[in-house]
Amino acid sequence: MSKHLLNLKVNGRDIEVAVESYHTLAQVLRNELNLTGTKVGCDMGTCGCCTVHIDGKAKLSCLTLALECQGAQVRTIEGLNENSMHPLQRAFAECGGSQCGYCTPGFIMKSCELLEKNPDPTRDEIKAALAGNLCRCTGFMKIYDAVESAARGMRSDAPARTPVKAGD
Amino acid sequence: MPIVNGSGETSNRHQLNKGVWTDTGAPADAPFNVIGKRMPLKDAFRKVTGEGVYADDMKFPGMLHCRILHATKPHAKIISIDTSKALALPGVRAVVTGDDAENRFGVLPVSQDELAMAREKVIYNGEPVAAVAADTEEIAAEAIWLIDVQYEPLEEFLRPRSSLKDVEPGLQLHEKVDKKHPKTNIHKAVDQEFGDVEAAFKAAASTPNAEFKFDGISHGFTEPHSVVAHWDADDRLQLYTPQQVPHYTHRALAKVLNLPMHQIQVIRTMVGGGFGGKSDPFQHEMIVALLSMRTRRPVKVTMDREETFLTGRGRHPTESKVAMAFDKEGKLLALDSDVIIDGGAYGSFGVVSAYYNGVLSNGPYRIPAFRYHGKRVYSNRIPSGAMRGHGSVNPRYCTETLVDMAAVELGIDPCELRLRNFLESNTLTPFHKFRITSNGIREGLAEAMKRSDWKNKYGKLPYGHGIGVGCAWYISGSALPIHWNKLPQSTVHLKIDMDGGITVHSLAADIGQGSDTMLAQCVAEVLGVNMDRIHVKSTTTDTAPIDLGSYSSRVTFMAGNAARAAAEEIRHRLTDAAARLTGQRGEYFDFVEEELVCRSKPDVRVGFMEALHEAQADIGALIASGSYQSPPLGSTFKGSNAGLSPSYSFSAFIAEVKVDPETGFVQPLKVWAAHDCGKALNPLSVEGQIEGSVHMGLGQALTEQLRYRNGQLLNSNLLDYKIPTPFDSPEIEAIIVESHDPEGPFGAKECGEGALAPVIPAIGNAIYDAVGVRMFEVPMTPDRILKAIEKKQREEAK
Repeated sequence: MSKHLLNLKVNGRDIEVAVESYHTLAQVLRNELNLTGTKVGCDMGTCGCCTVHIDGKAKLSCLTLALECQGAQVRTIEGLNENSMHPLQRAFAECGGSQCGYCTPGFIMKSCELLEKNPDPTRDEIKAALAGNLCRCTGFMKIYDAVESAARGMRSDAPARTPVKAGD
Repeated sequence: MPIVNGSGETSNRHQLNKGVWTDTGAPADAPFNVIGKRMPLKDAFRKVTGEGVYADDMKFPGMLHCRILHATKPHAKIISIDTSKALALPGVRAVVTGDDAENRFGVLPVSQDELAMAREKVIYNGEPVAAVAADTEEIAAEAIWLIDVQYEPLEEFLRPRSSLKDVEPGLQLHEKVDKKHPKTNIHKAVDQEFGDVEAAFKAAASTPNAEFKFDGISHGFTEPHSVVAHWDADDRLQLYTPQQVPHYTHRALAKVLNLPMHQIQVIRTMVGGGFGGKSDPFQHEMIVALLSMRTRRPVKVTMDREETFLTGRGRHPTESKVAMAFDKEGKLLALDSDVIIDGGAYGSFGVVSAYYNGVLSNGPYRIPAFRYHGKRVYSNRIPSGAMRGHGSVNPRYCTETLVDMAAVELGIDPCELRLRNFLESNTLTPFHKFRITSNGIREGLAEAMKRSDWKNKYGKLPYGHGIGVGCAWYISGSALPIHWNKLPQSTVHLKIDMDGGITVHSLAADIGQGSDTMLAQCVAEVLGVNMDRIHVKSTTTDTAPIDLGSYSSRVTFMAGNAARAAAEEIRHRLTDAAARLTGQRGEYFDFVEEELVCRSKPDVRVGFMEALHEAQADIGALIASGSYQSPPLGSTFKGSNAGLSPSYSFSAFIAEVKVDPETGFVQPLKVWAAHDCGKALNPLSVEGQIEGSVHMGLGQALTEQLRYRNGQLLNSNLLDYKIPTPFDSPEIEAIIVESHDPEGPFGAKECGEGALAPVIPAIGNAIYDAVGVRMFEVPMTPDRILKAIEKKQREEAK
């Protein structure tokens, strides 16, 4: 087996990495680039945990061969947090949209794609966007709350809430 | 009784039980500091940024990768295992088989029936047989197919009823079976009878009865099983594992590996969902430990989704025959049930399951006569175990369905009939003497009825559209620990040094339910400090005092009380220091917003840090320990310990559904979920637990089932094992009922499990209201519903 050289941009950084032809993008992100925020829940495209952005589109990195991403721009959950936390990340934390947290990066990446296309989605539009992502903890309610809260915040650019302190 | 509305504001701040806060004299109506506030989880920011480390995210220098070879027969003798070709593959560092570990283990001391890998025979299709450690995962995966295992098939036990019969010793799956049935594959039989059941049925006006069947289901957590073991240079084993109960894994490792416990450190990684499915000590934990000891290198195994399904421990497939008796006013007279539960290959928590399937039917209604025959059997299917609502969920569907049938027969509103039979607060159940302390089920049902507009909907919606009710209760931790000893069930240590950070040491496992946050809140509340001072270390057996972990809904009640006790010890010392500093000896100090305020002279106050440094004089860091042990409870008959808890949660749910009579497809529209959790320490988390329980219950109600053919699991993936998606999930209105338990920390009880059981009968009863058919098989899939509708139409045509 011979490796192939893969050139791509990950979270704004130019990457050159040698990969096997059968390696998925999820494997390369996690094992070669140490970007372990991208999770693998099923490895067959049924849970959405591994969702990342490839050239601006939310894709399942477990179903994408790494070599398909030659020259592509890839954004992962770590890329949303470059200088300050993304409003979606903050909202998922504060609204209880994340319990065990394993599905959370996938949900956030999928929601991020939605809000970039549609800054003011209805609940049904949120459901439709997230229909391919599985959460076993929350029953989805608080995830919808989080997406709506982040959307509101991003539209008004309202300052993020701070964590609860004693006496609040 | 306070009902917390959707925004988490308590509509009535009156506290029912005085002295729930601290034993140091805080007034019962004192406003809470951080208790009752909507708190983001303490580790939420690590989770949303991808920073949180789960087992499969871990890497160590020189780490090897493990793959496991699983049995391909449900029941067979192992004639031979040839590992030579695998060992010869370049990059393979070690191969282990059942011969490398002969000690049996299991979560219950009475059911030590698991081996790290099969020896002599395999007893389910999927049982670990051998394992490889290699330089890469690819090499390990290639190597396991080079292992040659020769099997000789044995008679298979694939239906629970086939396990009831007498068989030759060679066909018993385990040496130890139920004492009353020594030649069978019955793991545990429980027979209980109290009161005059026969007389009750004779006197009854309504005796609904039915035979029910439940398919097995799986926890479906999103993180597949993954573990790293490292036998280090100091000859200690470090095991990194997403465990709900690190302590039981710790014990089992010591037994299997023949090591003293202190030579092993278990480190809990972040847990990507558990729901009971990560609470047994596991074979793969033993396997990577063996491989690491062999190679002296770190070894990781990460299972694929199929292996995760095959590891099992989900809810028992169940066949139940249940009857209830009511008088003409709808008063419940008796419950009679006969249940067979399919335990699969191992004991796991099964002795408890065998009891719970019966005894946990002694609420939320008063049962004046009770009979239960339960058998948990071994079979050649994947092991069953504990899953959210352990042992209470399937029997709850039976009783709630029969209660509904009685209501229809007697012409009484189903909610009204339930209200006539609920247990009161501060009472004992008649026979098992389960001690009910606070009980908010009446208020919960009333609120759910009001919000759902029950009175204008029940029986009045058009054909194909219905509404149904289901009620339940659940334990807040088992009062009797699995290991009978004198140790407390929870211990929490606190350490505060001059930096003002408060370190909480506990082995209660945060599995996403927010127990770290709960512990921090309990400590912050007592000490009147900000949450960001509190740092919870709950991962590591070397530093954490023993806690029995996250199962049986025990953590808030037990570890929460231990944390409170430890914080109160620190509080006494800080009070002494403040009194010394201010010259107010013997005065009471309130701890509010990082200050100690003299109650009789509110102008006299000392900052938290100042008091801390004074208290530290000559001794350094303040250290305190708090613990919790259940009070003595219950009756004295054999087996009376099962189901005992220091407190019980109660829930009352109403569900509205639409049923398409042409296709049998059910669309749940909305669930009103009222749950009495005592005091909601963190309403955000309580709602999350209720909503998650509703979602999981909905899956069991409508779509989830483990399907087999010839002992092989057919749907071991998340496409064919159907967990409800956003489109399948209804709107959920979580209604928090606060009944303030007298012994729970700040009045709290459980909320993580009890809220699952009532969903399934609420859906079933709503289906009846919609299309007039009773569903006796769960899940209530479209084909089953359609069959029932067609049967009803045929009967009506006659």
